[in-house]
Amino acid sequence: MQSLVLTEDQEDIRRTARAFVQERAPVTHFRALRDAGDALGFSRDLWRDLAQLGLSGMAVPEAYGGGGLGFAELGLVLEELGRNLVPTPFLSTVVLATGAVLRAGSEAQRKDILPGVCSGERLLAFAHDEGTRHAPWRVATRAERTPGGYRLVGEKSFVLDGHVADTLVVVARTDGAQDDARDGLTLLLVPRDAAGVTVQRLETIDSRNLARVRFEGVAVAEAAVLGKPGEAAAVVEAVLDRGAVALAAEMFGGLCEAFERTVAYLKVRKQFGVAIGSFQALKHRAAHMFCEVELARSIVLESLRALDDDSRTDVSLLASTAKARVSDTYMLVASEAIQMHGGIGVTDELDIGLYYKRARVAAMTLGEASYHRDRFARLKGY
Amino acid sequence: MHDLEVFRREVRAWLEASCPASMRTPQRGDIDDVWGGRRATWQHPDQKVWLERMASRGWTAPTWPKEYGGGGLAPAEARVLEQEMRALGCRIALRSFGLWMLGPVLLQFGSEAQKREHLPRIVGGEIRWCQGYSEPAAGSDLASLQTRAVLDDTGTNYIVNGQKVWTSHADKADWMFCLVRTDLEAKKHEGISFLLIDMQSPGIAVRPIQLISGSSPFCESFFDDVRVPVGNLVGKPGGGWGIAKALLEHERALISNMRERAAAGEEALESLARRYLGNDVRAADPVLRDRITQASMDDLCSKLTLRRSAEAAKAGKAPGPETSMFKLYGTELSKRRREIKIAIMGFAGVGWSGDGYAADELAITRDWLRSRASSIEGGSSEIQLNIIAKRVLGLPD
Repeated sequence: MQSLVLTEDQEDIRRTARAFVQERAPVTHFRALRDAGDALGFSRDLWRDLAQLGLSGMAVPEAYGGGGLGFAELGLVLEELGRNLVPTPFLSTVVLATGAVLRAGSEAQRKDILPGVCSGERLLAFAHDEGTRHAPWRVATRAERTPGGYRLVGEKSFVLDGHVADTLVVVARTDGAQDDARDGLTLLLVPRDAAGVTVQRLETIDSRNLARVRFEGVAVAEAAVLGKPGEAAAVVEAVLDRGAVALAAEMFGGLCEAFERTVAYLKVRKQFGVAIGSFQALKHRAAHMFCEVELARSIVLESLRALDDDSRTDVSLLASTAKARVSDTYMLVASEAIQMHGGIGVTDELDIGLYYKRARVAAMTLGEASYHRDRFARLKGY
Repeated sequence: MHDLEVFRREVRAWLEASCPASMRTPQRGDIDDVWGGRRATWQHPDQKVWLERMASRGWTAPTWPKEYGGGGLAPAEARVLEQEMRALGCRIALRSFGLWMLGPVLLQFGSEAQKREHLPRIVGGEIRWCQGYSEPAAGSDLASLQTRAVLDDTGTNYIVNGQKVWTSHADKADWMFCLVRTDLEAKKHEGISFLLIDMQSPGIAVRPIQLISGSSPFCESFFDDVRVPVGNLVGKPGGGWGIAKALLEHERALISNMRERAAAGEEALESLARRYLGNDVRAADPVLRDRITQASMDDLCSKLTLRRSAEAAKAGKAPGPETSMFKLYGTELSKRRREIKIAIMGFAGVGWSGDGYAADELAITRDWLRSRASSIEGGSSEIQLNIIAKRVLGLPD
């Protein structure tokens, strides 16, 4: 079992990621993109440079151009990105879609796709959710058999980075009458510019990239199926576990930053002639948050390490715990951050509100805390 | 072979030869705890044999110096001993506030004579100690304590007058380590001294306090012109607060530790829920099911944080700020878990006595009621929050 204490090499990676993000993408970077109404919603230059440093392909095997490290390392990068609210296609490309290709892809498919991911030139998206809330087995999008492959019909409502991805990894139903069954799901690789694909960017409070993607009779070749037709559920589940843990790592970075900024503010803001941090009503809430932050740190570290260990059987339990606990903690910290900053906390000028908005969207992405608690209980059999 | 592996073999061989078979069975519960002392009680004669054998090697206090009766082991060796005892299922030979709290403080602050007099008797379980800290008007604000110790005219004895409260097991203890005020003029933290008092001294009266759980682990102790030799003062007059703080750190680690240990043998909430609500817990009470899940997740995160802290210590890193939350979080979580148990059990969880309830049901109820004290004793949760705010977050007074 890997220790929860960082190794020297891991500390180095953290320092590299922190230095890069502080220099190239502090929160002002995100603000500039947002204020300019940037059509991409992220900086291609930044993404390429991040890739060149080896930060994006870190957990991809060396055979496909990656760094051959694991999530224990990748999580450190995600944490730094979260601290500065850096918008990148990390979660969609490197974590979710890459996870599907690694798990289910043929050798040819991996060789075709992954080197471009590692170099930063190829962007992917994982198109799974169809409703307003995360429900991985509620898939109505259908892939009907044709002589040369499949014909894809349906709509994916909230696809992370759907409008910038070169290739979409689509979860479709090839079998099964119900729209809420694990059986009969198939993964398909669909180019975003394929005939019959329409993409609409959705503008969200956190100014990240969500898209609605429609498939109107899209022809998909047999060779574009990822893994075994009708048996994608286990892959989808593993991919979503990766996603939940990685997102928890990003969220953890954000909540740490919001917490540290708030504690610093409690020491300098004066009212009634004293620092407001001297008031017990605020002290106790800050100390309570500190405990929650430390618990969140532990579950993030452990769940990242579990993803790197094939012998672990508790990955899903840990992933759901991480997503639920860190979502709750981020919402708590971001809410308290606004309240403790007082009036300035609800202004657009202060970054705190940006953390609050990111917390809200990230908390629902890949399943709310309540979704993951229900899943945890099911996995435990009660 | 590595020295430590040689040592491991020796330890295992000695434990196998020396630990009676009955002492390798799981305890029935607190009732099988051995506390020693002049008035020690034994549930089984082997308990005494096991204690004497362990004490003869100093292994009840493995890391204390041999000259004071300890085992003289290096920390790594002590860990080996602990691991081997666990592997063989050996019971803990002796539980004692002397071992956990007073001993480390005497080693740090005590005089040579005090160490020679008291430490060997702690190791052997001959003397049972209790802690005289809180007073009726000095709870969370411990430093406002009023029990007075005044030097007599000859300068050979302190005369102690006052009252202590929440003294754990004072009715069974032989000696008390006690905070007393020796200087009324000094600032409140600076007039306090640390005194060792023989409970057989004339003028001491002890009365157990019955708790809402029905048990009486705590006592009130009254001091009426009690004579205590000046040689029983630990450290300097007026230096008691620093000693007390060092000791409180041991106590906090101990309380969260004991809660963890107690939780290890506990039935999981989900298993209890299936027993009382049926297999479809979700249908029976979806809200309660979510409370169970929240507590289970928090429990998992809390255990991981303990592990992270232990791993950091092993890696030679200074204790992180996370250690300051263990007492607070451990006790709050264990209270919550016990409340959920009662909600799961319904009326089966509120029985007080008699044949109408199963023994394990009654035990869970008493345990729940007892748990209410855990977030008060050893520094209340609110005091812990103050400490975190000040020492970890650096918030101003």
